[in-house]
Amino acid sequence: MTTTIESPELIEPEEPGGPDANGPDAHDPAHDHGEHAEHGPSGLLKWLTSTDHKVIGKSYMITSLVTFFLSGTMAIVMRLQLANPTSSLVNFQTYNELFTMHGSLMLYLFAGPFAFGGLANYIVPLQVGAPDMAYPRLNALSYWLYLGGTSLMTLSFLVAGGAASFGWVAYAPLSNSINSPGTGTDMWLMSLALTGFSAIFTGVNLVATIFYLRAPGMTMFRIPIFSWNMLVTGILILIAFPVLFGAVVMLFCDRHFGTHIYSVQGGGVPVLWQHLFWFWGHPEVYILALPYFGIVTDVFPVFSRKPLFGYRGMVFATLSIAALSTGVWAHHMFTTGVVLLPFFSLLSYLIAVPTGIKFFNWIGTMWGGQLSFQTPMLFSVGFLFAFLMGGVTGVLLAAPPVDFMTHDTYFVVAHFHQVLIGTTVFAGFAGFYFWYPKMFGRMLNETLGKLHFWFLFVGFWITFVPQYLLGLKGMPRRIADYLSGNGWTGLNQLSTVGAIIIFASFLFFLVNLVHSWRKPVAAGDNPWDGHALEWFTSSPPPHHNFTHLPPIRSERPVWDYNHPEHRKDESHGDKRHREHDKEPVGASS
Amino acid sequence: MKVSGTFLLIIGAFFGVIGLIYWFTSYEDAGFLMLLGSSVLGIMPGAYYLWWSRRMRPLEGDIADATMSDGAGVVDAFPGSSIWPFLLGMGALFATMTFIFGLWMAPIAAALGLSAIIGGVAESRRGGTV
Repeated sequence: MTTTIESPELIEPEEPGGPDANGPDAHDPAHDHGEHAEHGPSGLLKWLTSTDHKVIGKSYMITSLVTFFLSGTMAIVMRLQLANPTSSLVNFQTYNELFTMHGSLMLYLFAGPFAFGGLANYIVPLQVGAPDMAYPRLNALSYWLYLGGTSLMTLSFLVAGGAASFGWVAYAPLSNSINSPGTGTDMWLMSLALTGFSAIFTGVNLVATIFYLRAPGMTMFRIPIFSWNMLVTGILILIAFPVLFGAVVMLFCDRHFGTHIYSVQGGGVPVLWQHLFWFWGHPEVYILALPYFGIVTDVFPVFSRKPLFGYRGMVFATLSIAALSTGVWAHHMFTTGVVLLPFFSLLSYLIAVPTGIKFFNWIGTMWGGQLSFQTPMLFSVGFLFAFLMGGVTGVLLAAPPVDFMTHDTYFVVAHFHQVLIGTTVFAGFAGFYFWYPKMFGRMLNETLGKLHFWFLFVGFWITFVPQYLLGLKGMPRRIADYLSGNGWTGLNQLSTVGAIIIFASFLFFLVNLVHSWRKPVAAGDNPWDGHALEWFTSSPPPHHNFTHLPPIRSERPVWDYNHPEHRKDESHGDKRHREHDKEPVGASS
Repeated sequence: MKVSGTFLLIIGAFFGVIGLIYWFTSYEDAGFLMLLGSSVLGIMPGAYYLWWSRRMRPLEGDIADATMSDGAGVVDAFPGSSIWPFLLGMGALFATMTFIFGLWMAPIAAALGLSAIIGGVAESRRGGTV
């Protein structure tokens, strides 16, 4: 069934001050499902056939959160194993499978898909004023490929020989058919092929939607920063994922079709895998980070009741980070001895500059604002601390002498967990708590949300600071046991206690979800007094998102609409400025 | 279009410059080719957008003082629901599993994939451009 969509109507506020804080269309979603109901299939058939970006976005979020909890459970098992020397909770082979699948599920199947498949799918069309993604059926195909890949990787635990066990980076020659025989490895590789295509299709959709489906007046420099970051993320996906796909196909050919691309015996080059993998892998770090930078950049102004400090600076910092991230892949390969150390070290250091600009602007946005520490803001501030620590240790690791000393130790494990949990978990949950009312029309409980945050925040530091120290004491990563004489026991036990606190924090989250469904509190259309277009439509939005739109004259059109006394009209300096736009919106009507 | 094109061209130029510096300082093939590919990936669509931006009227989303009436009319045709993406996705899943579990899965993959392609194309023709 295909529907032709007309553009939404312009709406003007009836009196200065605009409508009430809940927007023009406030209603109680818990008792009103008919108004915005989609015509067409329902139930399971709706889920299977929907091409609506909101349904697909929710499907992505649910699937990726399931992989997050599965993978988190694996982390707890590993931490329990390491809590005591010579522990025998799991055997070595199982431990190898656990750390491989923990990393793979988190990085390939949770962190990225939750952001660009879940939140971005749902929010970007709303923020730019579009009725859907540019290619809705391609969008649906992306999800089915992702679900297929996720199932394939997760079910690989059940086949003979078990799941892949060579680490999430699958270095050659450890991943060849001699060192890693078994169906589980092939399922791992094919899962990457499927989810890689899924990501590429999502990247195409994001770029096309933001380039072509923006509402009238939504110029490139009025797009909310989350959508800007998703545009840049989409482009990074298009640069990086085809390389990963090529690398995976070549590895599969080495394993089954007698090629020797990564094997020395046939004239191949094992380190080529590392070049290809990290040419995807380092942009991937920013494919994971940029969406989450975008989330907090949208959250800080709303809970500071101020415009974003340095909008254009943020855009150019995002572009700089993305561009530089593609030229630093071999800083993961310093110890191979075959890469150009000064080139990769210098470019890695340079990334600290635009990232520093972002930090400056986030703090500048909060500075002097009317701060309100509701759950999304708490998670965003938590992100600042977590990512700062991860970023600073990243600068240390960009120095080859430091990297030589700490490579493959728990120092690196602590560093990337602080970077990735800082972004994907702290900022990810900031976004989830921020947009949940929009997606489901009901609020999450603030008390439970704050308990979730504080347990996570405390557990996070208790888990990972000891791991830095363990790394400096020489504990290698990916070991299943150690001797009591190593002197690592106390710090490992502390780290395990922290991991259990983190795990407990998510129980508050699950209780919060159940609570919001059993005792719904209607959110209204704009519960946070938000700035961007998603807060103008109903919660949840109707099938093609908008029945009407406000005039778009700045990067925060809904704020302008609701607070005309503070309106900033950027078009006054525009040569194409029109006479009727000189009056504040609504003043003459 | 103009901003989008310029933005992509700058990305392409950056990778071109970095790629050349990398080549002349390392003479390493794989990284140079990947940077070169990234450069082309920016320059090709960037030049296309810029070329068209001078030959077509601006999109409403590119006009700073555009109103909703400027964008009045049909935005596009969007499918409300379609079973074909699901079938194509399952076809792709079975196709990859053919490489793992054996050729007996190939007919299932082919049946799902072909029916999805034919069905999807027919649906597009009936429903207009999507």
